[in-house]
Amino acid sequence: MSTDVAPSPWPVFYHRWRLYLNTWRGTVFSSFLLPVMFLLGLGVSVGSYVDDSALGLPYAHFIAPGVLASTVFQVAISEAAWPVLAAFQWVRTYHAMRAAPLRPVDMVGGEILWIWLRAGTSAAGFLIVLALFGIVRSPVAVLAVPAALLLAAASCAPVLAYSASIRRDGWFALLFRFGVIPMTLFAGVFFPVEQLPLAARWLAYVSPLWHGVELSRAATLGLPTAIGWLGHAAYLVLWAGAGYLLAVHRFTRRLTD
Amino acid sequence: MVTTLVAPRLMRRSFLYRAASVTARNLVATRHSGYLLVVISGFLEPVLYLFSIGFGVGALVGDFHLADGRVISYAAFVAPAMLAASAMNGALSETGYNFFARLKWEKLYDAMVATPLRPFEVALGELLWALARGLIYAVAFLSIMIALDLTTVWWALPALVGSALVGLAFGALGMAVATYMRSWQDFDYLSVATFALFLFSGTFTPADAYPEVLRVVVTLTPLYHGVELLRGFTTGALSLAMVGHALYLAALAVVGLTVAGRRMDRLLCQ
Repeated sequence: MSTDVAPSPWPVFYHRWRLYLNTWRGTVFSSFLLPVMFLLGLGVSVGSYVDDSALGLPYAHFIAPGVLASTVFQVAISEAAWPVLAAFQWVRTYHAMRAAPLRPVDMVGGEILWIWLRAGTSAAGFLIVLALFGIVRSPVAVLAVPAALLLAAASCAPVLAYSASIRRDGWFALLFRFGVIPMTLFAGVFFPVEQLPLAARWLAYVSPLWHGVELSRAATLGLPTAIGWLGHAAYLVLWAGAGYLLAVHRFTRRLTD
Repeated sequence: MVTTLVAPRLMRRSFLYRAASVTARNLVATRHSGYLLVVISGFLEPVLYLFSIGFGVGALVGDFHLADGRVISYAAFVAPAMLAASAMNGALSETGYNFFARLKWEKLYDAMVATPLRPFEVALGELLWALARGLIYAVAFLSIMIALDLTTVWWALPALVGSALVGLAFGALGMAVATYMRSWQDFDYLSVATFALFLFSGTFTPADAYPEVLRVVVTLTPLYHGVELLRGFTTGALSLAMVGHALYLAALAVVGLTVAGRRMDRLLCQ
């Protein structure tokens, strides 16, 4: 007896893709329309009250790459949250996969590949919108997409581990309230982190989002970053790597009960 | 004799008592530890927005000149809008998402209407619960506003009543909308709609500054009226227009609750 499918992450990716074909409409709103609304509602509207000299550039230009990064951050975390808990707890897809020749590494890998697709298309789509607004000024702006992939991996990997460790979706509300939303609001998306008190500033520095924002801003505006792009990228790789190992560990634990 | 025969009959007569039993059921459900933490921490989000946009972005904006010539801090301008938005979000998360889960997934209301409870009373009980939850958030947020000197104790009291009205209006609207929802995916549209309201209801800039078409559309939407009503109170600038804002919200609450009751009657009893 032989199996046609060798263990690989691609079947897991393909499974998510087939599900997405039924539910993509709502995500078009959340990953394209939402950032555009942020750009108009805060960047342009509030921006008309902000003195350009305070930042050295128009406020809309300042927040645009930040909104790009925070959108990718939220998309990556959402995709690693509810669907993953559902596949453990409600639909038990992973248990079915476990009975096929798929290993926990394939499941974690497949989820990350899928999240890369979602994050990459969100970033690319928003970048096109920014170009239409005339906000993209640097020829290296396309580098915002690989930066987004790095941020997506760094933020989704630990959340995959988190989702594999809980049994009720109420924990996601707490993850968003105490983690995702504070980071989105204070990690340099809407105003420079230098304005924060020292203790809060360090919390921003620790979060993966701030590093993603710095990379995204460097790419679209051609500005220098706080600690050099290599430093930011290395820090994100660290989050992604540690999160990946933890996620594989938690997936294995959950599936060997 | 009294407790077994008379008292139940008396209680059965009051629709308010029956509605309150639905509210009490939700209160018991908060003993579920995860849910309780979620409910308690719900007040945090508008506070974070106040600090980030009100103070953080406010430092870039500087003093804020209103249309009537008064100058207030940008945080004082944004804070009542965050209060209104949190009343909206609190009410919608309870009567939108949780209500939908109980209606479609948990089949909780199928069980309830097998008792003397009628669909309208279930809807009313859920609305009272959303109101109670919203009021706790409003008290917490207004206390923070007072502590930060963004309003005074005396203006906070009418603002509390105002935020209850915003919560009732959105709670009723959310329930009515939830009865038309087909699946969780439909909630993506609801969150986009509430997010659009959150950004464009005169929340972060005065609605007068919007382009004309947008301004007209905005004045028709409910959060705008909530923001204007609460801003009138917390900044201490009363105007006759606030009566109009309050009437709009009250009308929305009545219409929403009526529609929700009728729809539940169709979904559960036919």
